[in-house]
Amino acid sequence: MAKEEKNGKKIQQLENVTVMFAGDSGDGMQLTGTQFSDTTAFLGNDLSTLPDYPSEIRAPLGTLYGVSGFQLHFGSSNVYTPGDNPDVLVAMNPAALKVNVKNLKPRGIIICNSDAFDAKNLKLAEYDSNPIEDDSLSEFKVFPVPITSLTIAALKDCGLKPKEVTRSKNFFALGLMYWLFNEPLEPTLEWVNQKFAKKPEIICGNEKALKSGFYLGENTELFASRYKIAKAKLPSGTYRSISGNEATAIGLIAASKLSGLPLFLGSYPITPATDILHHLSKYKNFGVKTLQAEDEIAGIASSIGASFGGNLAVTTTSGPGLALKTEATGLALMAELPLVIVNVQRGGPSTGLPTKTEQSDLLQAMYGRSGESPVAVIAATSPSDCFYMAIEACRLALKYMVPVILLTDGYIANGAEPWRIPHTSELEKIEVTQRTDPEGFQPYDRDENLARPWAVPGTPGLEHRIGGLEKANITGNVSHDPENHHLMSQIRAEKIENMQKVIPDIEVDGDEEGELLILGWGGTMGSIIEAVKDARKKGLKVSRAHLQYINPFPKNLGEVLSKFDKVLVPEINMGQLAKILRERYLIPVIQFNKMRGLPLKTFEITEKIAEILGGNND
Amino acid sequence: MTDKIDVAELKPKDFQSDQDVRWCPGCGDYSVLAQVQKISPKLGIKKEDFVWVAGIGCSSRFPYYMDTYGMHTIHGRAPAIATGIKVARPELSVWVSTGDGDLMSIGGNHFIHACRKNIDLKLILFNNQIYGLTKGQYSPTSAKGKVTKSSPYGSVDYPFNPTSLALGSEATFVARTLDRDTKHLQKMLLRAGEHKGIAFLEVYQNCLIFNDGVYKSYTDKETKSDSIISLEQGEPLLFGKNFDKGIKLDGFKPVVVDLNDGKHSIDDLLVHDEFDEAPIRAFIYSHMTDDPSMPTPIGVFRQIRKQTYDEAVNEQIDIVTAKKGEGDLESLLFSGNTWEVE
Repeated sequence: MAKEEKNGKKIQQLENVTVMFAGDSGDGMQLTGTQFSDTTAFLGNDLSTLPDYPSEIRAPLGTLYGVSGFQLHFGSSNVYTPGDNPDVLVAMNPAALKVNVKNLKPRGIIICNSDAFDAKNLKLAEYDSNPIEDDSLSEFKVFPVPITSLTIAALKDCGLKPKEVTRSKNFFALGLMYWLFNEPLEPTLEWVNQKFAKKPEIICGNEKALKSGFYLGENTELFASRYKIAKAKLPSGTYRSISGNEATAIGLIAASKLSGLPLFLGSYPITPATDILHHLSKYKNFGVKTLQAEDEIAGIASSIGASFGGNLAVTTTSGPGLALKTEATGLALMAELPLVIVNVQRGGPSTGLPTKTEQSDLLQAMYGRSGESPVAVIAATSPSDCFYMAIEACRLALKYMVPVILLTDGYIANGAEPWRIPHTSELEKIEVTQRTDPEGFQPYDRDENLARPWAVPGTPGLEHRIGGLEKANITGNVSHDPENHHLMSQIRAEKIENMQKVIPDIEVDGDEEGELLILGWGGTMGSIIEAVKDARKKGLKVSRAHLQYINPFPKNLGEVLSKFDKVLVPEINMGQLAKILRERYLIPVIQFNKMRGLPLKTFEITEKIAEILGGNND
Repeated sequence: MTDKIDVAELKPKDFQSDQDVRWCPGCGDYSVLAQVQKISPKLGIKKEDFVWVAGIGCSSRFPYYMDTYGMHTIHGRAPAIATGIKVARPELSVWVSTGDGDLMSIGGNHFIHACRKNIDLKLILFNNQIYGLTKGQYSPTSAKGKVTKSSPYGSVDYPFNPTSLALGSEATFVARTLDRDTKHLQKMLLRAGEHKGIAFLEVYQNCLIFNDGVYKSYTDKETKSDSIISLEQGEPLLFGKNFDKGIKLDGFKPVVVDLNDGKHSIDDLLVHDEFDEAPIRAFIYSHMTDDPSMPTPIGVFRQIRKQTYDEAVNEQIDIVTAKKGEGDLESLLFSGNTWEVE
């Protein structure tokens, strides 16, 4: 469907598009991608993003390993993933082209900065000849644009240094993309004006680069058509674009307000969790105390202290940091103090892939401590779900006086999606009781959930001692009694199991019985939803369910699983949930595992479904 | 559990918990416990506002014996846990009982950062120069050559001097005392308790079982006057049975002088100023420690007042709140670029 525009160019309607911005890690690709996402969201498209960058801050220019990318999938129908393969690739240099062209769809569009395709950069990208001049890209539509020189020409009167001028070339590319997808410049211009209010020459540079890119599309014969994506049919309400880490931070503040407890965050910087610390440290006027600790252990230790002191205490980290917090997590569960541990999973083990995603800390979260040490483990399924699961983590920790590990991952933490913002009145209050009555007080007394009373220092008459040594049930005195240790071990496990009474049952999307159920957990939800949709389009009969609660599992999980002949568990690990399911329910599950540091590709899951069901997948 | 007691009426026994004290008979820890219980009522702090935090080791059992709020935590982490308590609840008086293994080895990082940040904690280091609870291995404060179960041919490690380390980490209160000198111990505990900011008190504590007599020369009647020098505010550095020996500076090097040699007078001696902003002089004294040719100093090395961490945190919250107004969740949720979907 195309219609003619005034200047003779066609506008093509598309249902959805995947765009990849790629360049050197200093080229500003993340910013470019974020701006494009925000404008797209603002226009009413649904979207999902995948920032994909190296762990070096400014890797050597032009290298293959220094390529930073930002993938964005937007459309008029529900968008659940950042897209398997881009339709459009913006490549700021040969390395960016080389790394990303293999994912581009056939007949996909390549817009490249032809100025950067010089001998030196071609060599760095290991090209023997210039790909925009030879026929190696013949299956794509290639648009070489001298972005650097056009930017230099456009910015000559802004009074910027040469380095600052060339740094603006990402905005030239952004402007061209805005033209190509029929999007307005205003949201980005507004952002530039706010961000650089005190630097008029930077505003000048960004504005001119952006507009020049836009006008290049408008006024030249480069592109014969441009594209438009209709608004998505989303539920009515007020929306904003949100990343998982920001949603986690706001969720924690919401939990603080809902519980009436001051929020304390003890944290040590670690990729990709640090943004939660950044966000929370901005909100001092919410009474939030953020302590940037000397190390990961002090991060959790200070939170344990704050929890003893009666605050809503949180620590945030990623895999290697969770490993360092192991012993202290055991202390929190032994002392029966409420504590939220947010683990933004990344590729491991060891330093692994700091900027890439993985789901490989599930077993560490479940079992990675000394002794019998059950903690609650829950997982967020999308960027905006981090908001709700952060509140949920706080609610469970406070109700049961236990540590709760909230698992998110690098993909949903850094990725963004439109979020229908809830009103405060829609959020359920968190009931908290701190003991004040000295009459009959016992530090390890039990309520109906087996939670012990929270008696905070400063309360007269409730002076008591807690700690890591085994305590006698009820009195809380140090105890080495064999029967008591057996009892306490059981109580600690039972407290977690008791949560099944309050956590929601797992729901099945599709028939509640049949040949195949796809069961996922956490951040793979989008990929699985899209894969199941595609499979159904191909006539395959498949049901889907997704876990947010892993310890404990929803109480109906066993029953749900028993209704299907086969259960497929896709994970970005070697089969960690699969292992737990087999052990718990004694069922054979089929694994699907990829560890590339990237979200699961939809088509691969669809292929697996087809393979299991014996259908064809063309 | 006790009923609420008026601060003015608090007695040492109000700080005694109902738990049996389980240190070895004759352990120096008993002395510290008794003096802490003696000085606590004098601080004008409500009983429910005391919190004792400990890590792992003999001295770390301390909180169980105090009828205050307490936490017996994990090895080395007590200063970090105490930091969380203090930052969350600035009105509390937070104390840490710790040992040389707990604080100087596994907890070394937390120690220097608690000093650097001037967290308002009272750190009481029971330094017995040995790992007691694990039955006798050399510690980070054991002398080089120390023969223990894990160093049968003598330790090859150089020891830490905890007081130097505290001064080097810019602690705002640094003092040292002896378990056997109960009066001095009591005075130092009181001073630490009254200090606003990080208060580091090193207690030379005798381990009867695994390191008996390590501080013998500092506590024995015959030797102590020559081997110990007591730092007194505004006073020259004098020691010896008849206070006829003193310390003067030769460049940056402290030297012992005899006041009866006809060449030196009291005016030549270093005069102690614990309120000196610069920790340089205090650092020079701290290096006189365990030098057989010099007396080892006890007393307050340094006490200065600077903004504590929790004061700074709360000041910042007040400033930001005054500027931005108290945070409103609804407006936070709806902040940033929003758009309407009909």
